[in-house]
Amino acid sequence: MSTVSVSNLSKIFNEGKANQVGALVDVSLSIEKGEFVSLIGPSGCGKSTLLRLIANLLEPTSGDIVVAGKSAKQSRLDQDYGMAFQQAGLFDWRTVTKNIELPLELKGWDKTKREARSREMLDLVKLPEFADHFPWQLSGGMQQRVAIARALAAHPPLLLMDEPFGALDEMTREHMQAELLSICAATGTTVVFVTHSIPEAVYLSNRVVVMSPRPGRITKIVDVNLDGHCNETTRERPEFFAAITAVREALRASGSHGHTGVGVEDR
Amino acid sequence: MNPLVRRVVRRSALFVVALVFIAALWEFYKVVGPEDGGALFGINILPRSNSRAMPHVWDMLSRYGRPELRSSERKIWRVVLAGAWFSLRLSLVGFAIGTTVGIALAILMARFKVVERGLLPYLVVSQTVPLIALAPLVVSWGGKLEVFGYEWPRWLSASVLGAFLAFFPVAVGTLRGLSSANPASLELMDSYAASWTQTLFRLRFPAAVPFMVPALKLAASSSVIGVVVAEISTGLRGGIGRLIIEYAREATGDPAKVFTAVFGAALLGLAMAGLVAAFDLCAMRNRPKEAL
Repeated sequence: MSTVSVSNLSKIFNEGKANQVGALVDVSLSIEKGEFVSLIGPSGCGKSTLLRLIANLLEPTSGDIVVAGKSAKQSRLDQDYGMAFQQAGLFDWRTVTKNIELPLELKGWDKTKREARSREMLDLVKLPEFADHFPWQLSGGMQQRVAIARALAAHPPLLLMDEPFGALDEMTREHMQAELLSICAATGTTVVFVTHSIPEAVYLSNRVVVMSPRPGRITKIVDVNLDGHCNETTRERPEFFAAITAVREALRASGSHGHTGVGVEDR
Repeated sequence: MNPLVRRVVRRSALFVVALVFIAALWEFYKVVGPEDGGALFGINILPRSNSRAMPHVWDMLSRYGRPELRSSERKIWRVVLAGAWFSLRLSLVGFAIGTTVGIALAILMARFKVVERGLLPYLVVSQTVPLIALAPLVVSWGGKLEVFGYEWPRWLSASVLGAFLAFFPVAVGTLRGLSSANPASLELMDSYAASWTQTLFRLRFPAAVPFMVPALKLAASSSVIGVVVAEISTGLRGGIGRLIIEYAREATGDPAKVFTAVFGAALLGLAMAGLVAAFDLCAMRNRPKEAL
């Protein structure tokens, strides 16, 4: 059974008004357990909207979403997914530990259980010595790692990420990508990952979903076969470049301007 | 030295320097200013600098060491201090009531947009009602009203008037603060299926603190003003407001006397401001420094 199943999904903002926007039209997608899927496309292609629909932060205009075998709303209420955004979005007034414990607190876990879990998560993201620091005392990359730890704290089967590394510098970014892959390998988490960057999508994913705007839709799904993902040399292998070319061509084919979609980074 | 201690010492030193500067300015004007006041560009604006209107700084200070009345033994500093202490307690009660009501209103307005739209204009209007018009009405509750079997004490009316001024900045500041939470953080709480109350206490309130501190500062001084004005306009005995009107009547014969009470009121305001500053230090100690 797939972890996320989206069928004939449409989302129209301001329906029936003059400024009506077809954010997503007739999108179908199925994501298997343990899979890493990236959504890529130019601004306005509806990739963030699709992520928010799966997260049940938005209601679809039509179509069905099934997450972990339930309706999207039920799986949000059951906390079947963790979420991470472009801004780490940590609470300034809470220590790193308390930030990670936030979702557990809301679920009503008791203190000892919470503390054990936050220690486990801090080890996972390699920040055990920063447990009692405040977020503003950490670098951007460290904050993002705490945000990932928070998203994974309740051991959700699904992780939804909206450009989580978009605000990081290139070095930190590549490092974080490798970390994320090893975390996912260790936990078996399914990931839906929104990004602007072609190499990032290719490096991380089993499949890259290429989307295009006006109206938002899926134009192509590129399979990436890079065995032994967590490897320093992955980025230098010919398969890596072949997959990048495939994604770029798919974006170009879907772009209305005849070149690589506006807003997609080549780096 | 501990940076906090260093900050407190530096602030206190600055405060003393400022006091000395103001005293020097006062004395300087006494030297150069016209004895019986004067006009500037045809408007009578320059205050009189004679010793009846502007007693010397040292006269005011030495007045503290002499008895309140010729007939009594009690030194005036004790009387003023006792009056300030009495009014401080009333102000604290008023501040507490005002803050509670203000925060409660802010929560209501943040929760229900309808309440905000309906209530906020009336809150603004409430602040345009002159306190002096309201004071006799509220004071008349004293002795007539019973609350849960207890008689309404007269001093409580003064506190209520302090609260009447104090609640407004707290309500407006807290409302602004509660709605200041970052949209991404709100979305995060949504993704956790957090209830409105959970979001209120874990996100909205902590995010509101930087907005509440200045509001509380205003509320603290407002509650003092409310209490002192209530004491003056209703003649409630025991507080600094009463001392100010009593001493003002003796201004011709004993001009330094009224200033001793005025400074007592200033001390009262300082005490209240100090209380809020302490809250500020506690609540903001773990926040990023640029937010301070």
